[in-house]
Amino acid sequence: MPETTSLPTIVVVGHGMVGQRFLEALAKRGTTGRARIVVLCEEPRPAYDRVRLTSYFSGRTPDELSLVEPDFMERHGIELYLDDPAETVDRTTRTVTSRAGLTFTYDTLVLATGSYPYLPPVPGRDATGCFVYRTIEDLLAIEEYAKTARTGAVVGGGLLGLEAAGALRGLRLDTHIVEFAPRLMPVQVDEGGGAALLRTIEGMGLTVHTGVGTREVTTDASGAVNGMALSDGSVLAADLVVFSAGVRPRDRLARDAGLRVGERGGIAVDERCRTSDPRIFAIGECALAADGRVYGLVAPGYEMARTAADAIAEVAEGAAEFTGADLSTKLKLLGVDVASFGDAHGAAPGCLDVVYADSRSGVYKKVVVGADGSLLGGVLVGDADAYGMLRPLTGSVPPVPPEQLVLPPGAGTPAALGPASLPDSAVICGCHNVTKSAITACATLPEVKKCTKAGTGCGSCVKVIGQLLPAAGDGGLCGCFPHTRGELYEIVRTLRVTSYASLLDSHGREGARGGDGCEICKPAIGSIIASLAPTLGLSGHVLDGEQAALQDTNDHFLANLQRNGSYSIVPRIPGGEITPEKLIVIGEVARDFGLYTKITGGQRIDLFGARVEQLPVIWARLVAAGFESGHAYGKALRTVKSCVGRTWCRYGVQDSVRMAIDLELRYRGLRAPHKLKSAVSGCARECAEARGKDFGIIATAEGWNLYVGGNGGAEPRHADLLARDLDDESLVRLIDRFLMFYIRTADRLERTSAWLGRIEGGLDHVRDVVVNDSLGLCGELERLMADHVTGYRDEWAQTLEDPERLSRFVSFVNAPDAPDPTVRFVPERDQMKPDLTFLTLEGVSAR
Amino acid sequence: MNTTTSGAVLQLLLGEDWLPICDRSALIPGRGVAALLPDGRQAALFVDRGGRTYAIDNRDPYSGAQVLSRGLTGTRDGRAFVASPLLKQCFDLETGRCLDDDAVAVTVYASRLAH
Ligand code: SRM
Ligand SMILES: Cc1cc2nc3c(=O)[nH]c(=O)nc-3n(C[C@H](O)[C@H](O)[C@H](O)COP(=O)(O)OP(=O)(O)OC[C@H]3O[C@@H](n4cnc5c(N)ncnc54)[C@H](O)[C@@H]3O)c2cc1C
Ligand code: SF4
Ligand code: FES
Repeated sequence: MPETTSLPTIVVVGHGMVGQRFLEALAKRGTTGRARIVVLCEEPRPAYDRVRLTSYFSGRTPDELSLVEPDFMERHGIELYLDDPAETVDRTTRTVTSRAGLTFTYDTLVLATGSYPYLPPVPGRDATGCFVYRTIEDLLAIEEYAKTARTGAVVGGGLLGLEAAGALRGLRLDTHIVEFAPRLMPVQVDEGGGAALLRTIEGMGLTVHTGVGTREVTTDASGAVNGMALSDGSVLAADLVVFSAGVRPRDRLARDAGLRVGERGGIAVDERCRTSDPRIFAIGECALAADGRVYGLVAPGYEMARTAADAIAEVAEGAAEFTGADLSTKLKLLGVDVASFGDAHGAAPGCLDVVYADSRSGVYKKVVVGADGSLLGGVLVGDADAYGMLRPLTGSVPPVPPEQLVLPPGAGTPAALGPASLPDSAVICGCHNVTKSAITACATLPEVKKCTKAGTGCGSCVKVIGQLLPAAGDGGLCGCFPHTRGELYEIVRTLRVTSYASLLDSHGREGARGGDGCEICKPAIGSIIASLAPTLGLSGHVLDGEQAALQDTNDHFLANLQRNGSYSIVPRIPGGEITPEKLIVIGEVARDFGLYTKITGGQRIDLFGARVEQLPVIWARLVAAGFESGHAYGKALRTVKSCVGRTWCRYGVQDSVRMAIDLELRYRGLRAPHKLKSAVSGCARECAEARGKDFGIIATAEGWNLYVGGNGGAEPRHADLLARDLDDESLVRLIDRFLMFYIRTADRLERTSAWLGRIEGGLDHVRDVVVNDSLGLCGELERLMADHVTGYRDEWAQTLEDPERLSRFVSFVNAPDAPDPTVRFVPERDQMKPDLTFLTLEGVSAR
Repeated sequence: MNTTTSGAVLQLLLGEDWLPICDRSALIPGRGVAALLPDGRQAALFVDRGGRTYAIDNRDPYSGAQVLSRGLTGTRDGRAFVASPLLKQCFDLETGRCLDDDAVAVTVYASRLAH
């Protein structure tokens, strides 16, 4: 509220990416404590990561996109007015008035109003079904409208247009891109790069129209979009149109207030981001920088935020100036890497191009080299791994001949230069302007992110940062192995490694060979060997030989360790269906051994409080009654939940219980990088909560829809539709492939949801691999699963048959008959619970 | 500390005496066992791939539960350790020191293989 205060007032108009960065910069300089700060924000939510806007469609929520730490505003005493844009600026009274009618008197005004999407003047552009792509609200509106649309068209084939096209495709629309220029991304890439991009994008099923303009958006009788007339006379049917034909700086407030603006827009500022009125600053996309350019990227905007904060805080020494910025970018558009840096189009006199192109794989790489041999810039399409290395080298003479910079590794050349060869002053993270020396001063990636912010912007530098950090930062599994889990899986599979020790001695890090490994790699490799056991010709029992020593205590005892050292027991109840006889057996066993019983969240029954030496006796009774291990202890298939389905439920359209049982029996015992859960619902009402599962199945009138990548837990995520209306056989075949592909490529302890979010190309890539067999892997994935299904044996039944395994189920090696006297219980609600007071009588307090 | 020989017996030093615990064959590298001591305390015993034996108190000081023998073992910077199976704190098997918290340690027992 307007109020008088003795502190100077700084008013910030616009709370976008740059506005928020500016506030952080003020806080860092202590200015927030010395001034009243008011922020007017037009959008209904605080600043968010516009650069990652499209990740909303792959499941990132608006909250996750936020750039503002939850208590940031309170901590720094900043007044933020959401949903209330500034309407006028009066420079004589030094006031800003908002739409809601609030008036603030400023000592300093900062304009950070960003850009607006440019709408080309074509008739029909305001019709129902026309959208732009700039804010979360835009996405929500597109998502809603797409529900009733089949075909979408994007006007503009630049960076944002391709992002928008990717989003429409993700919404399952038939997608067209209309670009006026003769190639896609005309600003960033050259002709060769554009051609590579075009092939790849068309290969994904999108239709690209280049060299044509949009003449008119046509509508039906109700005024809704039904197509577009193009400049070549053709007509395109479309139910939804997204305009992405460039952006224009939002300089209206400044214009109205009489500030100097550029001929083609943009609020003119000097090197310190001051406008023609020294009390007013402009930063970000709305500003026309001192070098006469408007920058449409976030990194230069951040630089301006820093500059303005320095000027306002009156930083005396080394204050930042903004005189221009690098326009290098690396993007992943529709799953294709595209990067351009420096003089990408080879404009410098006397420069030469060195080009590598492989149209089969859609890879195009070009570097531009100056007459003196220095690297001037380049374009990378399809494989932009080299970007992180090449951009920092721009302006210097590279240590290897230029052709080695573009040839793929191993193509008859020695391994190209590594990041170690970069000078200390090389800027590794462009978004945050962080040099190599600042990065090598840190030990781990999290530390780098915390201390320098490097890697927290577009993320394109993370790979090089990893390579600059010491051992553990190299992406290796742990201190013992330099490989990722996926790589180790391939090593075990192709070299047929059957023991952990031999893998450690042959593929471990130098210092780890011959040692005992660690708690991270042992279970991870134990799980890989167990997953591949049938294929490697091993028995696969987790208690056999060396395998026994790799597993967590839960796998040692085939039960879950509880806080007092006792164990819980979860028999498998496939699909949650159980006969009265079996229920009675569970009840009797629990009663006879005095176990605490509880219905789990996984539609089965957990029996708690068994001592180690009781486990075999209890299981002997359960196995005799027809139960088997539920693998509640393993990184393995847990449950396939079901709803009651068509058999009983009046809405059900398929027999969900039968399908759940079939699936649970098929995949039981399957070891994976993390636990696996599933559920089957009998109709779209979804009573089994299948979309919260790693693979979930929902019945349709035609068959089954298969969803993958769902998760409960701390970061819940709904599963994505992989394929629809499958018959039983196709459903099972697809799940076989999906699971085996996950097991093969996921990281240790990476659930399917995190895996889908991480792997390149995400769900689309997985669909290509498991549905369209794009890697030619499906046959092998199915074989691996067939091996698993035939090789399955119940671990508990096998254990009971083997005296050697049974001999391990004792509390004390020197007193096999003695129970552990410290495992004690006290009564609660007619059952019992661990006696924890007794355990914690002495020692460090329990967490 | 000793090297593997078959038929050997693992002993723990308690006060002045070496107490026999079990046959060497009951231990497999990487998988510990627990022993009940005459005074009611418990020890966790391990052997590494090189055949070296270790013994520490079995009680996890963080939970109070007697479970350290059921943790995963490993080598970090050339030193043997066990990770508590409950909340995963690591303990150096030679010194008993908790590697995640300087203020915490568990008792260490001398052990040997005898014939
Ligand atoms: C027993 C049970 C709670 C209950 O009383 O209902 C349970 C108990 C445990 N859960 Fe759970 N979860 C149980 C259902 C669930 C569910 C519901 C479900 O499966 O539909 C979820 C959410 C769904 C999901 O997994 O996405 C669930 C999400 C978790 C998570 C978080 C996973 C994540 O990806 O974020 C953990 C932690 C982990 O695994 O790393 C966890 C871990 C655990 C552990 C293993 C923690 C531990 O290490 O001791 C608990 C072991 C219990 C034991 O000793 O038997 N539990 N847990 C449920 C057993 C179901 C079963 O029959 O197998
Ligand atoms: C889909 C998409 C992908 C992108 N990808 C990349 C990328 O990969 N790399 C890259 O560098 N850049 C990318 N960009 C561009 C990047 O998002 C912008 O450069 C950056 O957001 C600019 O920040 P800003 O604060 O200047 O503007 P914005 O983030 O647009 O913020 C301006 C804010 O001011 C508000 N505002 C305007 N007028 C008023 C007013 N009168 N009163 C109050 N508030 C007002 C607006 O509502 C807005 O919230 C992308 C942009 C989009 C849309
Ligand atoms: S999901 Fe459908 S079939 Fe299953 S119980 Fe619910 S309403 Fe009935
Ligand atoms: S270059 Fe974008 S985060 Fe580092």
